[in-house]
Amino acid sequence: MAEPVLEVDDLHVEFRTEEGTVKAVDGIGYRIAKGEVLAILGESGSGKTVHARAIMRILDSPPAHITAGQAKLHEVDVLALDEADMRAVRGAKIAMLFQDPHSALDPVFTIGGQLVELLRTRRGFSKHEAKTMSTELLSRVGIASPEERMKAHPHELSGGIAQRVMVAMAIALEPEVLLADEPTSSLDVTVQAQVLDLLGSVVAENDMAMVLITHNLAVAVGLADRIAVMYAGRMAELGPAKDVYASPIHPYTAGLLRAIPDIDVREERLPGIKGTPPNMLRLPSGCPFHPRCPLADEHCVEEMPPFEEVVPGRWTACWHWTEVTR
Amino acid sequence: MSEVLIDVANVVKHFPLNDKIFGSSGVIHAVDDVSVQLHAGEVLGIVGESGCGKSTLANLIMMLEQPTSGTISFRGKDVSTFSKSERLAYRSQVQMVFQDTLGSLDPRMTIADVLTEPYNVHRNFLPKKDWPDKVRQLLALVGLDPNHANRYPHQFSGGQRQRICIARALALDPIVLVCDEPVSALDVSVQAQIINLLKDLQERLGLAYIFVAHDLSVVRQIADRVAVMYLGQVVETGDEARVLLQPSHPYTQALVSALPEADDAGVIKSGRIILSGDLPNPADPPSGCRFRTRCWMAQQKCADEEPALIERGTGRPTKCHFVTPTVDAPAAV
Amino acid sequence: MSRPTSTVEGAAGLVDEVEQPTATLWSDVWRKLKKDNQFRVAVVMIAIFMGMAIAPQLFFTKGLDPAQCHLEDTLQSPSRAHWFGTDLLGCDYYTRVVYGTRTSMEVGLIVASATMVIALTLGGAAGYFGGATDMTISRIADIFFCVPTLLGSILLLSLFNTGGVAIVALVLVFFGWPDMTRLVRSTVISGKRRGYVRSAETLGASGNRVLRRHVLPNGIAPVLVFTAYIVGGAVAGEASLTFLGVGLRLPAISWGLQIQIAQTRFSAAPYLLFFPSLFLCLFIGAFVLLGESIRDALDVKLADG
Repeated sequence: MAEPVLEVDDLHVEFRTEEGTVKAVDGIGYRIAKGEVLAILGESGSGKTVHARAIMRILDSPPAHITAGQAKLHEVDVLALDEADMRAVRGAKIAMLFQDPHSALDPVFTIGGQLVELLRTRRGFSKHEAKTMSTELLSRVGIASPEERMKAHPHELSGGIAQRVMVAMAIALEPEVLLADEPTSSLDVTVQAQVLDLLGSVVAENDMAMVLITHNLAVAVGLADRIAVMYAGRMAELGPAKDVYASPIHPYTAGLLRAIPDIDVREERLPGIKGTPPNMLRLPSGCPFHPRCPLADEHCVEEMPPFEEVVPGRWTACWHWTEVTR
Repeated sequence: MSEVLIDVANVVKHFPLNDKIFGSSGVIHAVDDVSVQLHAGEVLGIVGESGCGKSTLANLIMMLEQPTSGTISFRGKDVSTFSKSERLAYRSQVQMVFQDTLGSLDPRMTIADVLTEPYNVHRNFLPKKDWPDKVRQLLALVGLDPNHANRYPHQFSGGQRQRICIARALALDPIVLVCDEPVSALDVSVQAQIINLLKDLQERLGLAYIFVAHDLSVVRQIADRVAVMYLGQVVETGDEARVLLQPSHPYTQALVSALPEADDAGVIKSGRIILSGDLPNPADPPSGCRFRTRCWMAQQKCADEEPALIERGTGRPTKCHFVTPTVDAPAAV
Repeated sequence: MSRPTSTVEGAAGLVDEVEQPTATLWSDVWRKLKKDNQFRVAVVMIAIFMGMAIAPQLFFTKGLDPAQCHLEDTLQSPSRAHWFGTDLLGCDYYTRVVYGTRTSMEVGLIVASATMVIALTLGGAAGYFGGATDMTISRIADIFFCVPTLLGSILLLSLFNTGGVAIVALVLVFFGWPDMTRLVRSTVISGKRRGYVRSAETLGASGNRVLRRHVLPNGIAPVLVFTAYIVGGAVAGEASLTFLGVGLRLPAISWGLQIQIAQTRFSAAPYLLFFPSLFLCLFIGAFVLLGESIRDALDVKLADG
C-alpha cells in the first residue's frame, strides 16, 4: 500500500481484575492508508473497542494496561508519548467517534458552544472565526439551519442529529485518522443509512483514514475497503471487504455470515454459531474458536494458528482455512 | 381463523408532558388509535423504530399501563373489568420476555429462585415438593444445564440469561408470550440460537407470540403477520412475507430499503431510500398523515386529511392515500 | 414429523462457560472487607466495646459495689492502683468508665435498630407506592425536619423529666427517623425501575411482595452504611443531652454524665474529663470507620448497579 498513515503493530492490552487477568487484545496489527476505510468486525469480548481506546490512550489504567505493541502515526508511536504530547494528538491527528452521542456531548453547554470552544482552544481562532467555522461544519454534516441549531443543547437533539454533531466535532480539527466506534449502532435504521452516507463522504472529501468498528457485517461491507474480523482479542481474518464477504477464509467469519438473518429468506432454522461467546478469563487452549467451530480438530485444540498472509492481501488465523465455505 | 386471544381495539395511550423548563405542557401521543389482534398459535410481529409506540403497546397488553381510551380484551373479555383473581390468572396466561437480560433478573437470586418465584406468587399452581423437578425441566426445555440452577445471573452470558428469562416466562404454562426486543441486545451469533429456540417452543407448546422488534430481518424469521408502527399508529399490517417483501406504505418501504443489504458478491443492493428529516416530536405530531414530513410522495391532501388504515388494493390495510405495492421511490443511493 | 430439539444445540459447551458457584454479590463485598484495614480496626474496636458492655468484669474492673469506694481516696490521679484515678466518691474511675460502655451500646443499638425498622417500613412504602402514601409520609417527615433536633430533644426530655435509657433512646429515634426514611425512600424510588421489578410485576406479584423481596434487599447497601453512622450519632446525642442535664441522671453510668461532672473540676483533675471523652470518641469513631469501610467495599458494586 501507499505509505500507511497509521500502523498498529503487535498490540497487547490486559485488564487486571480480582478474578484474574483478561487479555482483551492479544497481539493485533494492521496498516491503514490515507482515504482508506478499514472495518473491524467483532462481537462482544472481541477487543475491538478496547484496541481503539488503547490507541487513543483513553483506557482507565488500572485496570487496563497496554503491555506491548506500537501504534505509529507516520513515524511517531502514540503509545509511547507522554500525556501532554498525546493531548496534542487527540482530536487534531486522531479523532474518535463514539456509539452514544448523548453521553459524549456535555449536556450543560450548547453544541455551538462546544464546537467554538474546541476551535478556539485547539486552533487559536478568534470567537468570531470559530463561530463561522462551526456553522460551516454543521452545514457540512448535513444539519439544516445551522445557526439556530448552534444554540441547541444536546438533549434537544435526536440521535441522528446528535451523531452528526459528533462527526462535526470529530473532523473540526481536520484529523488524519478517524476511529469510529459503532457510530450507528444506537441509531434507528433509517437514520443509520444517513449517517453512514455522511461518514463515507466526509472520509472521501478529507482524504482521511477511517477505522470503522462495528458488529454489523453489512455496514462494514457497505463502507469499507478492507475488513478485519476479531475474536477473543485476536484477529481471525483480514482482507478486501468484498472478498471477505463473498468467500471468507475463517470459520468464524463464515459462521457470522450464516447467522445473520436475511429479510429475503425465512429460514426454518437459522444457522447460528453453536456455543457461547468466549469467557475471557478462561480461554480455551489452542485456537480460541475451536469449541464452536465445525472444522475443529485436535490440532486446533493443541496449537494456536498464527495470523498470516495465506493468499496475497488475505490474512487468516486458521489451520483449515482452505475448507471454509460460506 | 383460530380464536382471537388478544384483541386490541382503538387503544390510545397519552402520557402527560410536564416540561417545566421549556414551559410546555401537553401530551405525548405514545399510542394513538391502534387496533391489532393476536390469534391462537400465531406470531404477530410489531415493528417500528424508536418512538413508534411498540414498547408502550406491549406494556399496555401486559397491563403494566392502563390505556387512556380503547379496550384490550383477552379471550373476549375486557381486561379492565377483570377481578383480582382474573387478573392474576391473566398474568399466568400472558407472560413477557424483555430486552435487558441482566436487568430482568434479580442479582441476589439464584436461577432456581428465579424460576420458582412464579410458584410463590401463584400458590396453587404447583406443590412445593415438585419445584426442584420443575426447575430442572424448565432449564432443559431451554437448553441449559439443569445443574446450574444454584448459580447467579451474572455468572451467565447474555444468551444464556435470555434462555433463563424464557424459562421463567414458561413456568406457568402460558398461552401468550409478549417478547419486547428479545434478541436486540445479543450478539449476532447468539441471536440465531434464541430465535431458533423461540420458534421451537412456539411449535412444541402451541404458543402465540407478540414479537416486538425494530430489526425487520429478525421479524421475517419468526412472524406470521406483521404490523408496522410509526409515531404511535399502525401504518400497515398483513401477512409477513407480503409486508416485508412487498411493502405498500412508504414508511415500510423506507424501513426495508434502509437495511444495509449486500448480495453474495458483496455488492450493496441499489435502490436505497434515504428519508429526509427527523422523527417529529411525539407531543406535537404532524396534522393529517404523520409520516408526511419525511415522505417523498407527500402532497397537500396528506396534511389536510389523515388517511384511514384500510385496504387499498394491495391486499392489506395501509394508512396512506397513495399506496403503491412495490418499492417505487426516488432518491436512490 | 419429529423435529430435532434445537434446545440441546444451545447446551453444548455451556457447562464450561459458567464460573464456580461462589460469587454472590455479598461474598464479593465480604472478601473486600476482610482485606480492608479500616474494617479490621473497626471490628476489633467494636468487639472490645461489646465485651466491655456485656461482661465488664472481664476487663479487670473492680465492680460497682459501693463498698469499693473509699471517700478518703477521692480525686486521686491515675496510678498503678487506679488506672484512671478515682472520682469524687473515691470510686475507681476506670471501672466507671468501662461500665459506661454498656449504656452507650444500649442507646446506640436501640436507636439504630428502631430507626432502621421505621425507615424501611415508611420509606419503603412511600417510595414504592407513591401517591397519597408518599405525600403523607414525606410531609410528616418534613415537619420533623423543621424542628431543630437538639432544642426539640431538650424540650421533650425536660417535659418527661424521668431520665433513663429508654426515654432518651425514644427521643433520639423520634427526631432521627426522617433522615434514614428519606434515604430509603430515594433508594426505593430508583430501585423500583429495575428490570427485575417489572418482571416480578408481570408475574402478578403484589406490591408488598415486590417491595419486600426485590426492592428493599437490593437497596439495603446504603442503609447499612447509614445505620453504622447512626449508632455513633445516637451515642454522641445521648452524651450531649446527658451533658446538658436532660438525658440520663445519676445513678446511671454514662460518659455524658461523667463529662458533665468533670467539667467543673477540670483544672484540679483533668483526667476526669479526659478518659470518658477518650472512650466516647473511640466508640463513635469505631462505628464511623465501620460505616466507611462498608461503603468503600460496596462502592464498586453500587456503581455496577
